[in-house]
Amino acid sequence: YRNLTHWLKTRSVSVDLNNDASLLIDIPDALCERDKVKFTVHTKTTLSAFQKPEFSVPRQHEDFIWLHDTLVETEDYAGLIIPPAPPKPDFESPREKMHKLGEGEATMTKEEYNKMKQELEAEYLAVFKKTVQVHEIFLQRLSSHAILSKDRNFQIFLEYDQDLSVRRKNAKEMFGGFFKNMVKTADEVIISGIKEVDDFFEQEKTFLLDYYSKIKDSTAKAEKMTRSHKNVADDYIHISATLNTLSADDSTFYLRLYKVEGRVASDQELKLTELLRYYMRDIQAAKDLLYRRARALADYEHSNKALDKARLKSKDVPQAEEHQQQCLQKFDKLSESGKRELTSFKGRRVVAFRKNLIEMAELEIKHAKNNVTLLQGCIDLLKSN
Amino acid sequence: MTKPAASAPSLSVAASLSKPQSATLEELEEEEQEDKFDINISITNPEKIGDGMNAYMAYKVSTQTTLPMFRSKAFTVRRRFSDFLGLYEKLSEKHGPNGYIVPPPPEKSILGMTKVKVGKEDPSSAEFVERRRAALERYLQRVVCHPSLLQDPDVREFLERDELPRAVNTQALSGAGFLKMINKATDAVSKMTIKMNESDVWFEEKLQEVESADQQFRKIHGLVDSLVGHRKELSLNTAGFAKSVAMLGSSEDNTALSRALSQLAEVEDKMEQLHQEQASNDSFCFAELLADYIRLLGAVRGSFDQRMKAWQRWQDAQSMLQKKRETEAKLLWANKPDKLQLAKDEITEWEAKVTQYERDFDRVSATVRKEVLRFEVLIYFFFKTLVAFTLLIKYWEAFLPEAKAIA
Repeated sequence: YRNLTHWLKTRSVSVDLNNDASLLIDIPDALCERDKVKFTVHTKTTLSAFQKPEFSVPRQHEDFIWLHDTLVETEDYAGLIIPPAPPKPDFESPREKMHKLGEGEATMTKEEYNKMKQELEAEYLAVFKKTVQVHEIFLQRLSSHAILSKDRNFQIFLEYDQDLSVRRKNAKEMFGGFFKNMVKTADEVIISGIKEVDDFFEQEKTFLLDYYSKIKDSTAKAEKMTRSHKNVADDYIHISATLNTLSADDSTFYLRLYKVEGRVASDQELKLTELLRYYMRDIQAAKDLLYRRARALADYEHSNKALDKARLKSKDVPQAEEHQQQCLQKFDKLSESGKRELTSFKGRRVVAFRKNLIEMAELEIKHAKNNVTLLQGCIDLLKSN
Repeated sequence: MTKPAASAPSLSVAASLSKPQSATLEELEEEEQEDKFDINISITNPEKIGDGMNAYMAYKVSTQTTLPMFRSKAFTVRRRFSDFLGLYEKLSEKHGPNGYIVPPPPEKSILGMTKVKVGKEDPSSAEFVERRRAALERYLQRVVCHPSLLQDPDVREFLERDELPRAVNTQALSGAGFLKMINKATDAVSKMTIKMNESDVWFEEKLQEVESADQQFRKIHGLVDSLVGHRKELSLNTAGFAKSVAMLGSSEDNTALSRALSQLAEVEDKMEQLHQEQASNDSFCFAELLADYIRLLGAVRGSFDQRMKAWQRWQDAQSMLQKKRETEAKLLWANKPDKLQLAKDEITEWEAKVTQYERDFDRVSATVRKEVLRFEVLIYFFFKTLVAFTLLIKYWEAFLPEAKAIA
């Protein structure tokens, strides 16, 4: 029931992905109906693979998950970092708060209630913005990837103007989520247990494992911090609304102070926490690549042992040799592609951090400056008369 | 230095003035101009004197002034908490009945003081002493801001005299006790039948505003307590986040990004300290100030009560006079000349009393009206918050160049 058109039109892309004119994707519109969010996926392309140069389709969150899973399951992409799936839209927090607000309505003044309601609506909107952003980035990561952008299922996702849910069900039956489960159950023992031959991957492994646990911790602490910030902002609303019943002057000050503080919290939410959360997921995707390569290495080592055994027994040697060759090829292919992917991932991550941290700092300065102006104006007001 | 700005209060208690007699207001404003005086009080150096349960805190009370009535331009004395209570008691006795709003002193706190006496050197007892020091300063500053109270020799003695006789009977003045006293008086007064005339309407409205303000202030006080709690939580969580980001920065293999993340950690840490400062400032200033004003509103109600008492005295005198006249009439009829003379004397006596009490009532009414107009609200903590935000900007600006350095 909420249309984000204005915001959607005026925002900028968080990570500079939508640069290649041959395939431009964005989510210009989204609608929220009860729990379900309907995204409008808009594509502009010069590629002949598509039937039209410009088109839009409605998609649900589950459609994105389907796309992600099919990519993960595709053997050919085992050597690539698959962009992390966007998380499910979560309106739990504002909805719960709205419920509590309804229950507490009798104890508040009309003013307080309206202000709290406004604040919750803003929170709702913030969740909405976040989810649109994260779904959009997922698609843009795909479109800017040399190999993944050509994926047939990706093209179907963008173009198919019917409901995808039928296709989704079929896909699940085909793949059975085997690979995904494999990756999930494959714990770090596999990676750390394998004797690494390549320095590059040894370093990457150490780095990613360590970095992942640290960024996970930072994400959790950032979320905790922004929750506290919200609590403080909420207190300001109550105070300002109560002051309002006394006089116009004081309350406006407090209310505007709240507005700035509140916005700092939601901006922090959008920028810093989202940044950390996103890269946490991205690093998990990089780790998944390492898992797959480690598994390929394990397979190769097994095939070596099997070949030795076969040679010893002088039985089925050609099959064993072929199997060993295949394993080696697969491993080499994954290593080569993996190296490329991880290197470009590093560069991408640094650029994204830089951009986000700068924007966040500039925003904080702007808000803090606003506060100063506000307070100075208030002092002048009190001093005049 | 301190000039009460009677016409600029920002809370509706004094802001929404109905103006039934504009002439009176003009007179008041004229008086305001004449009331320029210069006196500044500071209270410093809390010092624990003695040991165990007989120990007490002595505070340095320093006065700076250009007023000729004082013996010099700057002087210092040492006072203890009970001295302040004693001063209040004297001022309230003398000026309260005349309708003056006598600023109430800070509350007694048995728990807070016991900790100090017992010698617990923890931050909470230091905080308590600081809160009390600040409250005493605000209290005394309000007293000397009041042009009529300043003229009181007890005030001068309090500020100037080296040794003050120990104040007794200060037990009656705990915060809760004070308010109970006020509330009882208000209840008694509201039970009286009041004849409404034009100026009474003004007082009635003012009283309602005062009572509504009192209600709202108490509510806000609760909300501010909640705010302070959340602020403290925020500072803890920010500290935790800062540490986590510092760890992340040390894991980071890109040098420039690593430095930027360490900077971010540092900034977040400073923000935590700032939040902590804001939290304690909020607590020190705003909540304390609110408590001050809740007490002040009590004093305002008290002055309304004094007006009602004066009115009641006048009314009672009028009924008494009426009774005496009836007695005289009866005696005339009964023809008792000796008792008649007595009755006539009593009538004269009561006529004088009626005149006197009517004048008293008018005077007290005028004083209460003036006092209410004078009643003002200063909000200190905004200034401190301003400082806090200025610092915040500085820190974020320090962070920004580092972030841009990542190539």
